[in-house]
Parts: sequence; C-alpha cells; structure tokens
Amino acid sequence: MLTKRLIACLDVRDGRVVKGVNFAGLRDAGDPAELAARYNRDGIDELVVLDISATLEGRRATLKTIAAVSRTLFIPLTVGGGIRSIDDARAVVDAGADKIAINSAALDEPPLITELARLYGSQAVVVAIDARRRGDRFEVLSRSATMHARPDAIEWAREVEARGAGEILLTSIDADGTRAGFDCDLTAAVSAAVNIPVIASGGAGEPAHFAEVFGRGRADAALAASVFHYAEHSVGDLKRFLAARGIPMRLIW
Amino acid sequence: MPPIQIVDYGAGNLASVLKAFAAVGADARIAATPNALDSAGAIVVPGVGHFGVTGTLSEAWRSSIRAAITARTPLLGICLGMQWLMSGSDEAPDTAGLGVFPGRCVRLGGAVKVPHVGWNTLETRGESCPLLDGIGAGAAAYFTHTYAVPVIDEAIATTTYGQTFAAVIAIDRILGVQFHPEKSGSAGLRLLANFARLARTTNSPC
Repeated sequence: MLTKRLIACLDVRDGRVVKGVNFAGLRDAGDPAELAARYNRDGIDELVVLDISATLEGRRATLKTIAAVSRTLFIPLTVGGGIRSIDDARAVVDAGADKIAINSAALDEPPLITELARLYGSQAVVVAIDARRRGDRFEVLSRSATMHARPDAIEWAREVEARGAGEILLTSIDADGTRAGFDCDLTAAVSAAVNIPVIASGGAGEPAHFAEVFGRGRADAALAASVFHYAEHSVGDLKRFLAARGIPMRLIW
Repeated sequence: MPPIQIVDYGAGNLASVLKAFAAVGADARIAATPNALDSAGAIVVPGVGHFGVTGTLSEAWRSSIRAAITARTPLLGICLGMQWLMSGSDEAPDTAGLGVFPGRCVRLGGAVKVPHVGWNTLETRGESCPLLDGIGAGAAAYFTHTYAVPVIDEAIATTTYGQTFAAVIAIDRILGVQFHPEKSGSAGLRLLANFARLARTTNSPC
C-alpha cells in the first residue's frame, strides 16, 4: 500500500537552516547536513532543501550545502530556491538533488517546466505554488510572497501538470508559520483538480494537523520544518500516531 | 573482487547509485563504454524517465551485457533499467528491450494518481530470495514510475498501486527492481549489499 509521506524542509540561508513565520522573523535552527542525517535515521520519507532567500535576493542555492546533505542521505532529496534556468537545475542535480523545485521561474517562464521534464523526467520536476485566500478563491503569489502572480491556484496547478510537472509543493501563505494547521480546503481543492501528487505545506503545529491534511485535505505528502527541527514531535512518534489512525505510513523498525 | 560496473547511458542519477554502493562498502564504478563490462564483478543498469531513452543502449552495450549474462555475471536493473530487461514497453513501442524476461511493460491503471510516487510496501512471493535477505515483510521502498512490469512468473516481490505489479524480478543471477534502492533508506541499502554479495559467489540466488 502506498504510504503518505512526511517530508522535512530545511529552509537554508547562508548555509544554515532557518525557519520563518509568514516568511519573516527567522530563527537559526542548525546545520543542514547534521539535520539531514538525523532525519534520515528517524525515518523521514523525504527531504527538501529550500534556499529561501535565493529568489528574493537573486542568489542561487548553495551547492556546497546540497552536496554535504546528499552525502549522508539515501532518501529522495529535492532542492529549490534560485533555480531559474536549465544550468541552475543541472548544478543542483550534479550536486546530488533528485528533484528540482521551481516557483517564481515557473511563473515567469512556464516553458521551463517542460524543458526540465524533458531533460530529467517529470518525476524530477516539482513546481512549488504559494497560495493565499482571496474571497472564495486562492491566488498565487511569487517572489517569496511579495508579488501577485496568478489569479487562481487551481488553474495554475492544472497548467503546471499539463506542462510536465511531476509533483506540486503547495504552501498556504495564510497558514505558514501559524502552527494552527494546514489549509485543508486549499490542499483538497488542488489535489482534486490534478492527477499528480500534492505535497501540503504551511501550518503544521501538532500531530492532529497531519491526520487532518491526509484525510480531509487529500494530501499525498505533508511537509514541515520547525515541528521537526526543534524535536517537539519526533518523526517516529508522529508516524505511529498517524498509523494508529489508519493512515498508511512507512514505519522504521 | 572486480568492481561493480554501473552502465552510463544518460539516464538516471548515477551518483546516487554510486554513493549507495559506497555506503555498503562495495566497489562500484561508472562504465562509460561497453568494454568496461568485460571484467565486471557485477553490472547495474540504472535509469529513470522515458523508455525511449533506453534506445541509447547501443548494440555494443547490448552485446556486452548479453555476454556478461552468459558468463553469469550478476546483473541488476533499477527502475527503467529493470523495464529494459523486458521485451519492450507500451511507453515506447518502437524501442526494443533486452528481452531476457518475458512480457511488456504496461501503463499503471486503476483509479489512482499516475505517476506512482512514494514509499510503497513489498509483498514477497514464492521461495525466499537472498536478494531480499533482511528486508522484512511489508518493508517499504521508494517508487517513481508510470509504467510497470506485470506480475510474471519471475516476479519474487510485488507491489500494489491501482493494480498489482512486479516490484522485483529474478532469473538466476539477473535481477530487476522497480523501486529505487539507492533512495529507499536502510531497506534499499540492504538490498544493494545483498546484490554486491552475489558478485562474490557463484550462487543462483532465486
């Protein structure tokens, strides 16, 4: 049976892991390679490294950090942040990334999705969508949530799938950093609209939030950062909590 | 022992496979030309992506791999590399597979999202195989694929996603896995260690 995935996100700036609250007010939470190795041991299903400052400041993801992380990791590694071209993507893949996440570049230049899918296969192309509620819809923002980009997240999700994206990493800007739970309306609407996996992100604060997003939220995977970084809930404990509620999980024994 | 040679035909992240073998203490190298397979301790055909890409496995590669099989050199096909061991795939009907296993790869069906992405459980089938030593019943492995090998007689483990398909196939010392052992955590590393051990014996594992 296909399990639901728990994905740890390392938001990296200047080679260190940080975590924002609504994309501001960052706190230092440790060394990327150290954290990656710990997650691997704890049974995390996947890891995402996002250079959160890269797009805003035009800075490319630090390849050194990716290489260090991938050296000890035998689970899928996705890298995003500052990837604006085929050359940028090649650099992170060569450093050890299995998947490439693009956000602003996909919005600015949608054919890049197709080019990356042709080069590395759709399974390697993750399109990150940052969405927030606006009336009865969800709009898409770019540039670390500072610019309006698309009027409708559902339409944009369908478009990225048609262009060759293999997965969607969907972040609720409203929920991100609040620790009050995922925006399950958003994830359920996008998940129902596309036929590729949807990774829910933003708002995780306690185990029940994960159960909710895998259930009502119809998410295929859930991503979190601070909940895991500060070891408030170990990955193993969270998985056992979810498995006990009938959610298929990969358990390490 | 001669090194494990990983066939470089432009598909798949060879570095990941290399790192994973290194982690289990096996000597693996990248084979850039078919000649490198002549002295291989074992051969890995990696791969990810479209079946059409396997068209770059030239007749020279094919004959070197066939010769190695005849010499009972252990062979492991991973994901697309496993599918290539079949006669072909509906994904690229004009591209011939190596044809050492009978049958064709078919598109995953059923009321499920495709591609099949994520960790799914393995169900073993028939006699136990040393390739799967230490990999417990219900262990999960990381999959990412759209086409799959049907449950042929040679399937020693299956996985279900919409339909049941072959997760591991084996004839003598020729093996194929649909999932990515290099991305499947400790279970995947164990499988690669088991495969590396094969190269040091003349056993018929399965």
